[in-house]
Amino acid sequence: MNRPAIAAAPVAVGRALTSRQRDVRGAVFRVLLLGSLLVAIGILVTLLVDIAARSTSVWAERGVAELLTAEMSADPARAGIWQAFYGSLVLMVFTAALAFPLGISAAIYLEEYARDTRVTRIINANIRNLAGVPSIVYGLLGLAIFVKLLGDFTGPNVEGRSIISGGLTLGVLVLPIVIITTAEALRAVPSSIREGAVGVGATQWQAIRHHVLPVAAPGILTGTILSLGRAFGEAAPLLLVGGITTFFSSGGAGFVETLQGRFSAMPVLVFSWARLPQAEFKALTAALIVVMLVVLLLINATALYLRNRFEKGMRT
Amino acid sequence: MTETGPRPRTRRFEAMASSTAATGEALFALEDLAVSYGDFQAIGGVTMNISPNEITAFIGPSGCGKTTLLRCLNRMNDLIDSARVEGSVRYHGVDLYGPRIDPVEVRRRIGMVFQKANPFPKSIYDNIAFGPRVAGYSGDLDDLVEESLIRAALWDEVKGKLRDFAPSLSGGQQQRLCIARAIATSPDVVLMDEPCSALDPIATLKIEELMLQLKKDYTIVIVTHNMQQAARVSDRTAFFTVDVADEGSRTGRLVEFDDTGVIFTTPREKATEDYITGRFG
Repeated sequence: MNRPAIAAAPVAVGRALTSRQRDVRGAVFRVLLLGSLLVAIGILVTLLVDIAARSTSVWAERGVAELLTAEMSADPARAGIWQAFYGSLVLMVFTAALAFPLGISAAIYLEEYARDTRVTRIINANIRNLAGVPSIVYGLLGLAIFVKLLGDFTGPNVEGRSIISGGLTLGVLVLPIVIITTAEALRAVPSSIREGAVGVGATQWQAIRHHVLPVAAPGILTGTILSLGRAFGEAAPLLLVGGITTFFSSGGAGFVETLQGRFSAMPVLVFSWARLPQAEFKALTAALIVVMLVVLLLINATALYLRNRFEKGMRT
Repeated sequence: MTETGPRPRTRRFEAMASSTAATGEALFALEDLAVSYGDFQAIGGVTMNISPNEITAFIGPSGCGKTTLLRCLNRMNDLIDSARVEGSVRYHGVDLYGPRIDPVEVRRRIGMVFQKANPFPKSIYDNIAFGPRVAGYSGDLDDLVEESLIRAALWDEVKGKLRDFAPSLSGGQQQRLCIARAIATSPDVVLMDEPCSALDPIATLKIEELMLQLKKDYTIVIVTHNMQQAARVSDRTAFFTVDVADEGSRTGRLVEFDDTGVIFTTPREKATEDYITGRFG
């Protein structure tokens, strides 16, 4: 290096450091990303505002409690959503009771016990595919098996179109999702924890029970509860297995009779009301959708709350 | 050995105790041991004896199979689906890969400390109490936890906060916690897989002092990349190397196994000498 170069260096360095080049592509890309986000949020907000605005007349005239507790009716002035609301809740409990233990157990077996063979891989791939099967196909399955084939057991007096059939169908529908999310939560547990447990003389089950499951619990809970939100919003399969939207009496029946009885659910009622000609039913449909959104929000909030609680619980 | 720890005595080992005498001083007797993962043979042809109440160090370049070999000694390789072990590992004269061996019982007697400290995401207390609990320990757990922590030279630093979250300890403390956890089940042997590789020199020194303390009661087998460490703490050193076949497959092999002093001053093999003097590869 010669003298002039050394002398010039500070100037050149100073220029290089201060002359900031405009990163045009980066800026464009950033604007595009922000635009996508705004469009998505815009659509969502429009929908929410629209639905809320359409439903205001119902809230003003009927009130929340009245709408929730009134039974179904063909008269828009008296029609309420009680059977559908109650039906959806019972269906969710049934679905959770069926799909959670079954799905979580299956995932534990697949992730922790099954050897990594060709068969395991084929099963895993198929479970993934099942999660993507359109829900109407599960409706057909439910119709063929739970309604027609097992009708004598699921609903002897209603030709199989019962809560049990609906719950079983929704349970089968979310089962693959429960298995996948649980398996993913288990896979996220570092293998060093399993090694540590087995290394001090724990059996495989003890390692899973005391260390793997507690670490995976927040993820398992969130995933499974969110899958319940999916089941909650499904109309198509329930339409096929016989969710009804006309008046029916569910009062005075015992537990088993209720489960074997006819049922309604909120998404099915939305589908039915939206097609009715009276203008009042348009407002009622909007109100019903608001109720569904609130329930969905509660489900997701529960998932979030449980996740936080579990994660905190691990640190004490 | 102290009598405070759980001693889940199995009939199998008890019955074989007499044969220990027959095999002399060897605690482990490895014969023509080979481990493969699927088609890939990680290490082969290992024949060696490991003596009780000594520190045996495994040294050698990366990929020479020393960790794989270590994990054979307590059947940790069982966790890997594709791992296959051939030859024999005798422990107190019992073939650890024999048909009626319970690997869980093996691991209660042969504990392990891993390369990266892996405390359970629970309290310090629960980390140590877990092993004894699952082994059905019936004594006073509080005493056992305290004694294990004292032996692992960690008690003074954590005695007031046993309910604290273990992963919030420093790296060196975590590794000593893992050692405390390993000795809480009163094993005969503690296997250590590069226990200091993620630690600073001061934490390393503490663990090395600890190993020298522990060898009175336990047999220690340590894998290390740090040759000074092997020279400082071990009684016997095994040097492994990796053979690269024509088609590119790499298989580890035992080159030389002798007293640490001999390995580091007058090794028989040229490969050993090259490695310890830094002229390797």
